[in-house]
Amino acid sequence: MAIEDDVLVVGGGLAGATAALAAARGDVRVRLISHRQSTLRHASGLIDVLGYAPTGEGPLADPFSAIPDLPDGHPYERVGLEAVREALELFDAVAGDAYDGAHTDANALVPTHGGTVKPTARYPTATAPGLASADGDALLVGFETLPDFDAPLAAAHLEAAGVPFDARGVTVRFPGIGRDDAKITRYAHLLDRDEVVETAAGETGARAALAETVRPHLGDEPRVGFPAILGDERAADVRRDLADRLGVDVFEVPMGPPSLPGMRLEDLLYDAVADAGVRVTTGVPVVDYETDAAETGAAGPERIERVIVDRNGSAIPHRAEQYVLATGGLVGKGVQSDRERVHEPIFDCHVPHPADRYDWFVDDVFGDQPYARFGVPVDRALRPLDADDAPEFANLHAAGAVLGGYDFAAEKSGGGVSLATGYVAGRRAAEECQ
Amino acid sequence: MSDADRPTDDVSIDDDDQDDAFEPIQVFPEGGETDLRPGADDCYKCSTCDTNCPVAEVDDEFPGPKFQGPEQWRLKRQEDHDIDESVMKCSNCMRCDSACPSSVPLSQMHNTARGEYVEERMDKLSREYVRNRILANYRRLAPLAAAFPRTTNVVMGLSATQWLGEKVLGITSQREFPEFATETFREWWAKRGGNATSKKRAREARVASDATHPSDHASGTSSREQTERGGAKVENPDKRVAYFHGCYSNYNTPEVAKALVRVYEHFGYEILVPDQHCSGTPMFANGMLADARRSAETNVRELGAALEEGADIVASCSSCSMSLRQEYPELFDIAGIEDVAANTWDAVEYLRVHEDLERALEGTSVGDEFDDFAYHAPCHARNQGLDGQTVELLERIDGVEAHDVGDSCSGISGTYGWKAENYETSMKIGSEMFEHMNDADAAQGLTECPTCSMQMEHGTGYEITHTLEVLAAALVGPDAEARAQ
Ligand SMILES: Cc1cc2nc3c(=O)[nH]c(=O)nc-3n(C[C@H](O)[C@H](O)[C@H](O)COP(=O)(O)OP(=O)(O)OC[C@H]3O[C@@H](n4cnc5c(N)ncnc54)[C@H](O)[C@@H]3O)c2cc1C
Ligand code: SF4
Ligand code: SF4
Repeated sequence: MAIEDDVLVVGGGLAGATAALAAARGDVRVRLISHRQSTLRHASGLIDVLGYAPTGEGPLADPFSAIPDLPDGHPYERVGLEAVREALELFDAVAGDAYDGAHTDANALVPTHGGTVKPTARYPTATAPGLASADGDALLVGFETLPDFDAPLAAAHLEAAGVPFDARGVTVRFPGIGRDDAKITRYAHLLDRDEVVETAAGETGARAALAETVRPHLGDEPRVGFPAILGDERAADVRRDLADRLGVDVFEVPMGPPSLPGMRLEDLLYDAVADAGVRVTTGVPVVDYETDAAETGAAGPERIERVIVDRNGSAIPHRAEQYVLATGGLVGKGVQSDRERVHEPIFDCHVPHPADRYDWFVDDVFGDQPYARFGVPVDRALRPLDADDAPEFANLHAAGAVLGGYDFAAEKSGGGVSLATGYVAGRRAAEECQ
Repeated sequence: MSDADRPTDDVSIDDDDQDDAFEPIQVFPEGGETDLRPGADDCYKCSTCDTNCPVAEVDDEFPGPKFQGPEQWRLKRQEDHDIDESVMKCSNCMRCDSACPSSVPLSQMHNTARGEYVEERMDKLSREYVRNRILANYRRLAPLAAAFPRTTNVVMGLSATQWLGEKVLGITSQREFPEFATETFREWWAKRGGNATSKKRAREARVASDATHPSDHASGTSSREQTERGGAKVENPDKRVAYFHGCYSNYNTPEVAKALVRVYEHFGYEILVPDQHCSGTPMFANGMLADARRSAETNVRELGAALEEGADIVASCSSCSMSLRQEYPELFDIAGIEDVAANTWDAVEYLRVHEDLERALEGTSVGDEFDDFAYHAPCHARNQGLDGQTVELLERIDGVEAHDVGDSCSGISGTYGWKAENYETSMKIGSEMFEHMNDADAAQGLTECPTCSMQMEHGTGYEITHTLEVLAAALVGPDAEARAQ
């Protein structure tokens, strides 16, 4: 007896969650299994579609007009422009008013914690008042106990980057935080719950205390930017409350990992996944598979009969008609490398790479790194291909960072590729269920 | 093997307390160098673990799992550093374990560090040590309380007792002590005829099932389904499980244990109830590794013997199964421990994989006994990939539904929330769960962890049920035992 579903998605990142949502639109029973937490927790929460062409050209004003020129084998080339748009529509429906950017094809330029501006297609509403294209000078506020965001430095970088407004930064103490290495979740919790904190003026709620700390530093700026720690579950309330108290627009500057906007996006997605009736299993990995090879002989690609989930040593069989592989790239552990080879660990799908390990990277760390493109090659139905360009299995689709042929960090295309390929893989998997 | 050959199970409650009498102020006896920290170098400091730690989220004084694990370990290796006492603030929820993308064994590091801290730095005569030792060894005191349950319940409920508990021992007076059942599960099991009765019941159930559901084996199902689904009922007459009931369902909630018995016998399983100690969970959390080891030795021996008789091990408490399956092999080197770990199952998951539990539940109902539930998945169930299980199964039953109240930790974490100094932290962590429970369309709670259940009840006033009780009501009916007798 195995645990049975129609579509089984392996991997719970942006690609896996999107695949599950897309599949659940069909009349099928969908399960999502994810081992560890996804790279969403590191990611900024921004959904980049394409910021730079693979040739390095950019920042691109319109990612959609650049997609048709992408090389053969690029994930966007595999799924086509229309699918990218449909996937974003699915995302917009899930994100609701938590995200902006759907009103235009143009990339927005979002100031980051390092003071650079980054081209992106969808961004959290909390980020919107801070866009580089928005009018008005900005005060950036950093905290002594949060060294990852140096507000004066970020402001200086922004001005050097030529933003059309004045930026100024101050560093203050965050009321209620004692330790130098407090977790970002601690800041968020204080503000979410408006916990009582000790200040010079006596005990007050954390939100009021923060506003009072910032007020003396505010000049004529109509907007104030904070690092992205303004609440978790009740982030919208926290931001509105601060804006009311300060009488200016308040925005968040996306931060490096770990990232609250990434966690909030993860929550949004998992709520949608639950609402769609997808069954979710987390904390355990898929480690192996069995095929029907013995029954059918060698004709055509094999079908995956079941996969094996390892639950601390016990093997739990899970059976489905169709499978989606969305286990991530080198970071998510969907693609692994050792001294000998680069491989995909569950189904051992073919991952093309130079035989000589010294050809996997180039010496210039900022150069065009071959390893960044390592991943599974797929056909237009997103079925993984073997060394002879034939589908590895009849009922396996792949999506997200496990795919080869693109460099998400250089192109700024991570979120968009995960959405588009997750969407197509999930939809095809549902369609192909007999 | 005939019934006569089967060794009768010894059901006396204090049999295993005689060999090593409990002495709370005994100095930590075993020990030696604990160096169980492989994997520290796999940490690439991404801090994902820190963002998952429910304690760090509400307590500014707790440096978080990354510090407690890999960083503390590096510090210790480089200089002559002692284990930092903040490790005692870790609740052992093990959330950091399943967070780490690099598979750093964080909770194993914390357990080891706690053991070392307690052994080397804690004053064995201190109030804190004595209190922790008592809380950790609840299993040793429970038989006494269970012998005089009514008296105990009254005494424990007295405000004077609670005041004393707080003042003398640092056990919070905010909580009500769990009630002791007037009859323990093992007493009930013995009265009912122990393993022999179970064998008989299981056989009857198999015969009855073959008679009433001949279609299970006939047309309509493919041949593969037939062997996978209905097949087991006839093909394996020796379906056998060893039940690790743990302390709580023995002394406090025997109804959960009885529900397991009914559900398993319904599917034709013969149940063994081996001698057993505490799983060790509260001992790990209090750094009492020598106590935990002694318990583990008994459990591994007794459960190992059941394995040899062809039984798989099932547990109804998610912290017990977690302990047997993950913490035992991580922390101890006992002959057979890997075997016990690999063959231990969550009781509900076992049925999902070995029987067609979903189909069996299809269209059943629980009458007026239960309504919709606010369901909380315990951290230790989540870590075993069991987070969605209860919601999925209850969907099959008509008239009840489990509304998942989200992924926050309940905050009590076993003995953690019983300590006066942690009470406030524990309630702050739980506040999100309380709110979600109150918002859910249900006025009863559901979970698989006894201490989560205490916290849910404490924070909302809801009555809390165990998944197995709902399954028993759906599959067997509420008073099957009475009918059968
Ligand atoms: C530091 C960082 C910053 C980023 N910033 C941005 C950004 O600003 N904008 C943007 O658009 N993109 C960004 N990205 C990229 C983006 O997050 C990823 O490209 C994209 O989310 C990949 O999603 P995925 O679902 O394919 O893989 P992942 O998010 O890696 O998810 C893979 C999932 O599969 C699970 N898994 C792996 N193996 C198994 C198994 N055997 N069984 C079960 N489950 C398994 C993993 O535990 C994980 O949960 C960033 C990425 C990183 C690492
Ligand atoms: S076990 Fe729980 S409380 Fe302890 S460090 Fe890990 S996440 Fe935090
Ligand atoms: S999650 Fe793992 S790798 Fe990341 S900081 Fe924690 S222990 Fe280190």
